Order: sequence, then structure tokens, then C-alpha cells
Amino acid sequence: MGDEEIIKEFLVESYENLDRLDQNLIVLEKDPGDRETLASIFRTIHTIKGTSGFLAFNKLEAVTHVGESLLARLRDGLLSLTPEMTTALLAMVDAVRQMLEAVGTTGSDGGQDYKELLERLKAFQDGGKADVPTGETATGTTEAAPGAAVRAPVSAADAAGPAATEKKKRYEPLPDRLGSLLVEQQRITGGELALALAKQEEGDKHPLGEILLGLGLITPEELQEALKTLNESRNLASDDATVRVRVTQLDRLMNLMGELVLTRNRIQQWVGNENDSVLLSTSQRLNQITSELQEEVMKTRLQPIRNLWSKFPRAVRDVALGCGKQVRIEMEGSATELDKTIIEAIKDPLTHLVRNAVDHGIEPAEARRAAAKEPEGRLFLRAFHEGGQVNIEITDDGAGLDYEKIRNKAIQKALISADQAARMSEREIANLIFLPGLSTTEKVSNVSGRGVGMDVVKTNIEKIGGTVDVRSKPGQGMTVRLKIPLTLAIIPALVVTSAGDRYAIPQASLLELVRLEGRQARKGIERVHGAPVHRLRGRLLPLVYLNRELKAGSAAQDAAASPVASSSGEELLDFAQARIRHEQWIGRLRQVLDGKLTLAVEQAGSPRECALGQWLYSAGLNDYGDIAEMQVLEATHRHFHEMVRAVVALRVKGDQRGAEREFSQVEPLSKKIIDLLTITEKKVSETENVNIVVLQADDRPFGLVVDEVNDTEEIVVKPLSQQLKRIKTYAGATIMGDGKVALILDVLGLAQRAHVVSEVRERAVTEKEGKPSSGAADGNQGNAVLLFQYGEKGRMAIDLALVARLEELPGDTVEFAAGQEVVQYRGQIMPLVRVSEALESKRPKSAENGRESLHVVVYADRGRSVGLVVDRILDIVEESFVTERQTGRKGVLGSAVIQKRVTDILDVPGLIAAAAAAQLSAAAHA
Amino acid sequence: MANIRQFCTFCLEDQFFGVPVDEVQEVIRYQDITRVPLMPDFVRGLINLRGQIVTAIDLRRCLGMADRRADQLPMNVVVRTGDGAISLLVDEIGDVLEVGEDSLEAPPETLRGPARSMVCGVYKLPERLLFVLDTEQAVAGGDDAKKSN
Repeated sequence: MGDEEIIKEFLVESYENLDRLDQNLIVLEKDPGDRETLASIFRTIHTIKGTSGFLAFNKLEAVTHVGESLLARLRDGLLSLTPEMTTALLAMVDAVRQMLEAVGTTGSDGGQDYKELLERLKAFQDGGKADVPTGETATGTTEAAPGAAVRAPVSAADAAGPAATEKKKRYEPLPDRLGSLLVEQQRITGGELALALAKQEEGDKHPLGEILLGLGLITPEELQEALKTLNESRNLASDDATVRVRVTQLDRLMNLMGELVLTRNRIQQWVGNENDSVLLSTSQRLNQITSELQEEVMKTRLQPIRNLWSKFPRAVRDVALGCGKQVRIEMEGSATELDKTIIEAIKDPLTHLVRNAVDHGIEPAEARRAAAKEPEGRLFLRAFHEGGQVNIEITDDGAGLDYEKIRNKAIQKALISADQAARMSEREIANLIFLPGLSTTEKVSNVSGRGVGMDVVKTNIEKIGGTVDVRSKPGQGMTVRLKIPLTLAIIPALVVTSAGDRYAIPQASLLELVRLEGRQARKGIERVHGAPVHRLRGRLLPLVYLNRELKAGSAAQDAAASPVASSSGEELLDFAQARIRHEQWIGRLRQVLDGKLTLAVEQAGSPRECALGQWLYSAGLNDYGDIAEMQVLEATHRHFHEMVRAVVALRVKGDQRGAEREFSQVEPLSKKIIDLLTITEKKVSETENVNIVVLQADDRPFGLVVDEVNDTEEIVVKPLSQQLKRIKTYAGATIMGDGKVALILDVLGLAQRAHVVSEVRERAVTEKEGKPSSGAADGNQGNAVLLFQYGEKGRMAIDLALVARLEELPGDTVEFAAGQEVVQYRGQIMPLVRVSEALESKRPKSAENGRESLHVVVYADRGRSVGLVVDRILDIVEESFVTERQTGRKGVLGSAVIQKRVTDILDVPGLIAAAAAAQLSAAAHA
Repeated sequence: MANIRQFCTFCLEDQFFGVPVDEVQEVIRYQDITRVPLMPDFVRGLINLRGQIVTAIDLRRCLGMADRRADQLPMNVVVRTGDGAISLLVDEIGDVLEVGEDSLEAPPETLRGPARSMVCGVYKLPERLLFVLDTEQAVAGGDDAKKSN
């Protein structure tokens, strides 16, 4: 039992020491003269050796002993460190780690004997001078410095190691601590120390300090000071100032903290309605203490990112050595703290990024020289806090991303289409490297391709609510930036209400809140091919209705109908259309009475089968069911159909007169239905405010329409049961201030469900199927086109694949450059072409209507955008049509029948040429 | 009467069910339920069990019975499962009964519907029958039964 505890302690301590060893060896390799580091390495190995001897881990002791001897020679300046030696020492560290792992799992230090390693280490040692005392001196019992290492290696240890044949049984490790400290403090040199040690060896019974004093190498003050330091450092190690706490204990603490936060929230809610001043102040105090406590508890779980980074110098060295590169690693902000669970979560992704940067980013020395860079590459890690998040940047000064290569690879692998690629910005292209299946290197090295690809990096980072972004400048390197939340357990969230239920949305994905009121609400939401959108500062924001998203599935779950099919398959009626449909239906009933149509009695009597009924029992009641008039409408409509049933039944029986009589009673009901629709519509437009929560999922913003935006709150994330985890829409659940449970929305999952975020791949495939090539469109089949109006009544279509965006730009943003109309658009200068003028070869008259806003179809071609100014956007249709070629007009490819109307097909390059010509002629006139 | 087992009993409609006492964590009165959209309808939602979030499953729906009247509040029988605690919503709680293995029979072959997979045995009590509920199956909503029918 006691032994087990000691071994556990030994393992924990040793692991930490090993990580430091790796680091120190790398540092030492760079600067072999760094005595302090060398001394620290020596001490670490020495401690491990000592304890393993004490615990009778003989092999472990043997390996560390040989290592220690080599280090002793290095420390004493008898040898100087070579890269090969570093490699061997690192291998020793690995061996030690391996053995410690064996100790941890099996309780013994494993079956390997590390013969080859031992010989290698010994060979280096022998390469130096012959047997010189390794730094250990005579017994320290009388030593003035009563230092550390009481559990020194004793006989058992020495007997085991094959290399431990030196005459050292009587040596205490402690005096050399004084010696090395003095060397560190540069009071004496390594040589002087060796001299003093040799004296001790020769039989001088005096403590080292006294020998040195006697030799006149140090002053009594210096000795005093050194002893004091030694004592202090020993105290620090065993001090009561720190306590090791089990992680499970911290987890438990965190859970209780969560409970406390919830209870606090509850009390606060309740106290809000009270007037008792004592209660109020007490609850305020409770609030304050809870917040402070929460912060402190969180801090106990925080670890500096150094804990993770410290492994990187070693990894970088190994990778660099493996691919023959020279890489220097620099770090900034290694004290930045993160929650333990997060550190664990980012360990693999970060390691991958670092390896990747060395393996793929930084070029070999020759290539660097050729590019006029210093031969040694620089890898820079930086961490800092910003806006409640931690930013981690991995920057290399290598070759950077080859955009062209990525573009081609992505097209080749059918991840994106050529058109898409042409339209993408460099940043978008850079982020393609996170797509699964895209590897930019031709050769797969043993470093990359270890299972964690860039796509996994992204997924893992996003899983913990972080984001990844890449920026790269060809030839200058690349930076990957991770944004990571501080903690996962308690997060700030926005609470919203939808269909009477509350949901929490993690604040990390929240961009902004938009509220549209009354009339604005009606105008602010437009439809693009049935899909609702909102123009947010000139950009189209796709909208997702939370209530529909959460309803569509539950109703259609058994039928496995996808929400898309249901929303685009059935027609989305609004009130006006509902009225028209109802009137049409009455018209049909009249025709039935006149004997021109037949209608089954059942069909006539069913309130669900007419167009109005279909709408009423789906979207109508779903969306507006809470309005009283809608309820009345439903009842009236049902009553109406009962009467219609009677009418049709009488008619079927041949009782025309009776049917007419009944029909006359149907008409007032019908009028009532129309009125109710009108009233409801008015009510809806007046009262319906639209709350849009603008969220970001996978770099794409979308608007989530909710009934109410309540408040922001700190919430405690609780996991869902396995059953519920299957639904990707929820990230977890939490308990609200009133004690009720609320679900936490998974923004990415929700966006995927609503098809706001689709795989690029999917998009690519549909586009590929959708159209042959951009230019000659002779036999367009099922092609999506954008219809617009130009001039007074010109009707024209443009291949939707050529359209990057639709924008509405204020007329006064139009500027002139080289006589041409341009606008500043997304950081670029975009020339404008007024379609009607270009086609009709009219003189530009832009100046006159500078006040009006412009409808602009942004056309993208090879990274360059042109804005086509049209008079009105009509529709987007997907129809198969045949283009009849027509060569007479410039800018027109031909015409086709689309939506049963003759429509011109726009030839964009031709149009641009025509516009240029028009401009030229205008210039000539001027 | 060698083997005596204890069952926590409850009613659904007019039928008498039981789950082994050692699977039951606790029995509590009605709690507010937060519904979870997109879940199958037998999952009524989530309840707050002293800070622990527990999924509530409506046994009536699992068994294909009609819903309770709106004014009839269900009780929670919280059972331990491999996936943590789950609350089974039942109409009324009965006593803890001790029954002898000798009165146990396999469910009759004629038992059809979702109950088929969820009832793993029947005890013949003097006045009535006690159906033994397979909690794991109930938690899965009697999925197997639904598939096979």
C-alpha cells in the first residue's frame, strides 16, 4: 500500500521531469555551453536514478546511471555535446519514459534491457577522457549542506546496473548539488569543482564546501549564500504551499460549483420580486461570492499552455531531423492558461499542426537559401487571451500555401467545381485544406498522414466550440489561428424562446441580434426560391425558423421526409394567395352546380383537401395558430365544408333547387372566411415582430428566427443521455433559474439540419450535374437561371452558376473610375454594367438616378467581379429549356421559353464588350 | 417459495406492472417536463432531478396505450440503466410487492404489439396479473417490437 503510493508519486513526478528533460536537452543542443540547463538535466536524471534504485527498478536505474555518467562528463567540461549525443540522450529519455509506463501498468520496469542504447551512451562517455569521478563525492553526513536526496542510491541500485561498477557506493549525491550550484553561480569552474572532488576522492574527509574554502576558491560568504539557496530550493520542493489534488476531485468541485450557480440563479429570480432589503442585499452578496468562487474554482482547473507546448521542441526537433530541415521553435504567451479538459482536447490537433508546419510548411535549408531566407526555419507559437477566448497561433515562415495547387487538387477531387474555385477568395481557398480528402503534398511522409488530417483538426477544435482559420502568404509562410473557449463547463449563453420552450445558444457562435418590427418584419423577409432570406447590410442572410426546424422533423420523422422536401415541395401560401385559392375553389363549386365539373361528395366535404385547407392545416395553423382569428377561421372553414358537402350531395341527387338554396347559404360563410384571412393578415403584419439571432456555423452566418430573445445567462452544460445525443441539434441541456430544464442548441448541427451549411462537396456535385459548361448553352437541361427585368419590359435570364451574389446597393455608392461606373465591393473595386443601357446601346444616364438603389447581379469571372445592374430581379427558376441561337444582338446568347414566356439568355462576356463599346462611343460624344 | 423477488409496482391504464426493486433509484411525484423536439413521441422530455437531468419516457406511449387525460399527472419511476438514470412515467404507484418465482410465467404467446418485447414475464397474483417490465426495452421505446410488427 505504502509502496504503491510511493511508486505513484514517483511516476507522476518523473513524468513531469521527463517533459522538462526533453525541453532542456533541446535547449542544451542549441547552446551546449548552457551550464544551468545542463545542471538541471543532470539533477533530473539523478533524482530518477536515485528513486528507481531505492524502489529497486534495476533496469531503470542502470539506464539512468549511464546517462548520468555521460552528463557528468559533459557538465565537467570533459566532453562537449554533439547532436548525436543529444539524440542518444533523448533516446535515453524515451527509454526511461517507456520503462515508467511499464512500471505504471505492470509494476515492473519491463523486459527490455536497452543494451544497444547503453552501449551507445557508454561509447560517447569513453570517447571522452578516461574514468574521472562523475561528480559525486564523499559521504555527505558531515556535509555542511544537508541537501536533498536522502533516499540515495544504495547498494541494491549499484549491484543491478551493468554499468554501475564504479566505486561509488559511499557517495552521497547531495554534495555535488552544492558543487553544481556553485558552478551555476559561476563562483567556481567545472575544473575547480573536479579538483575539489578529486581531493575528496583522495581521502579528504572534509565536506566539499570546506575543501573549496580551503583551496581558496570561494569565500565564506559565497558558501553561506550557496547553502542558503540550496536550502530554499529544497524547501520549495517539499513546501506546504502546493498540494496535489486528484482531477476527479476537481471535477466534483466543478459540478458542485455548477449546482451553486444554478441555485444562485434561482434565488436571484425569486428575489427580483421581493422588496425585503435585507434579503436583497444578502442575495447580492451571494451573487458576488458565487461569481468569485466560480472564478476561483475554474482557476484550479486551469493549466498553462506551456504544459502542452513543452512537448513541441522535442517533436519539432525529431520531425526536422527526420526530413533534414533546420527549425527553431519560439513561443510567446506560454503562461496563458486553459481548462485542463481543453488542453487535453487540443493536444492532438495542435501537435498535428506543429508537425505539419515543420514537415510541409518550412522548406529544406537549400530551398530557403535559394529564396533568400535564413537556412533555419522559424516556427512561432503564440497564445493570448482575447474576448473571453484563447487564441493560439501557429506561424511558420515556410513556403506558404500553394493556392493554385490546392485549387486544382480540390477540383480534381471533385470537392469544388471549377466555377466555384474561380469565385473563391484566397482565404476561402486556404480553408479548403480542412476538407476531408484534400492533401496538398504529393508525397506522404511518415510524419503527416498519421490519422489526424487537417479535417480532423478542424472537427476536433469545433467540437469544443472553437474555430480554425488559416492565412498564408505564398513564399512567406502560413499562420493557423485557433480560437478556443476558456472552459466548457460553464458557458455564457443566449436564452431564446420558440414555441413556448426555452433554448440556450452558446454565445460563442452568436454574431448579433436583429429585431424587425411591424411593417419592417413583412418587408425584411424575402424569399429566394422559397427559401426565406433577410438582407443584412446588403448581404443575403439565409433564415432558419427554429420552430419549424424543430417541428418539421418530429412530424415527419416516421416518414423520414427531409425538411427540405416538405418546404420546397408544397407551395408556401401567404394570406393573399390563400384568399385567391379560396375564391377559385368557390368558382369551381359554382361550376359543379352548373354541371360543368363533378366533385365527389367526400372531397367536397373535407376541410383538408382544398388548397386553403392544405395550407391551413400545415403552415397556416403552425405559424399563426396562436392568433384567435385563426382558430375561428379553422372552425368556420370546417363548417363551410359541411355545408358544401350538403350542396354537392343535393346536386348529386339531382336536387338542383335544393343545392342552389344551400349554396346561397354557403356564400356568406365564404365571405366570412375571406374577411377572417384579411383580419388575420393585418394582425400578423402589425404584431409580428421578427427576432433574428444571427449565428455563425462553419464560417457561414445565418439567421435563426425565434419567438423571443430572453437574456444572456451563465449556464452549466450538462450532457444528454445517449438516446438524445443522436440528435445533432442539441449540444446538451442545462437547468434554468426556475429549476426547469432547457436544451442547448448545437449551432452547427442545427445549421446542417436546416441545410444552411452543406458540405462543399454536395454543392459541387449538384452544380456539376446542373450545367454542362458556362459558355455555349445550346441545350440547357434543368438548369437554374436567374430571371431579371431590364428596361421597361425586357425579360432576361442568366445562368445561376455564373451569379456570385445578388446585392442591393445604394445609388450613392456609385463612383467613377476611368470614366466607368464602379462601386467598392468587399474590398475590391467592382465595375458596374447597366444591362439595359448596354443592350440598347444607350448613353449611360447614371447620374440622374443616383438616389435610387441598384439591383446588382454580381458576376464573377476568374476572381474578378462585375456588377450587372438590372432593373428588377424577377425569379430564380429551374427549368429545362432549349436556347435558340441568335446572333444579331450583342450580349444576347439567344432566347428560350422559360416559364412559358420568351426570355433572352444573357451572354455576359458579350455584354461586357458591348458595354465597353457603348462607353467608348459615349466618350467619343463627350 | 425459495426465490422471492421484490417489485416496485405501478399502474398503466388498468394494467398492473412491476420493475425489480433493485433497478429503481427512486419514485417521485410529477415534475415539469421540458419537451425535446425531434425525438420519438415516447420520449416526453427532460426533468430536473435535483440538478441531474433525466430523460422521461412515457410508458403509455411505449406500450401503444392512449395518452392520459390532461389533468392526470404522471408519476416518475426513476430507474438505473446502462445509460444513466431514466424516468418512466406511469399513472399510479403501487406497493412494493414480494412475489415468489413459482407464480412466474412467460408472457402468453398471444401478447401482441409493443408490449410483446417489453414484458418479460407475468406473475399470477391472487387478484390480478403483474407484468414484469424489461426496463432496457422500455427505454428503447420497444424498438424491437415496432420493427417486427
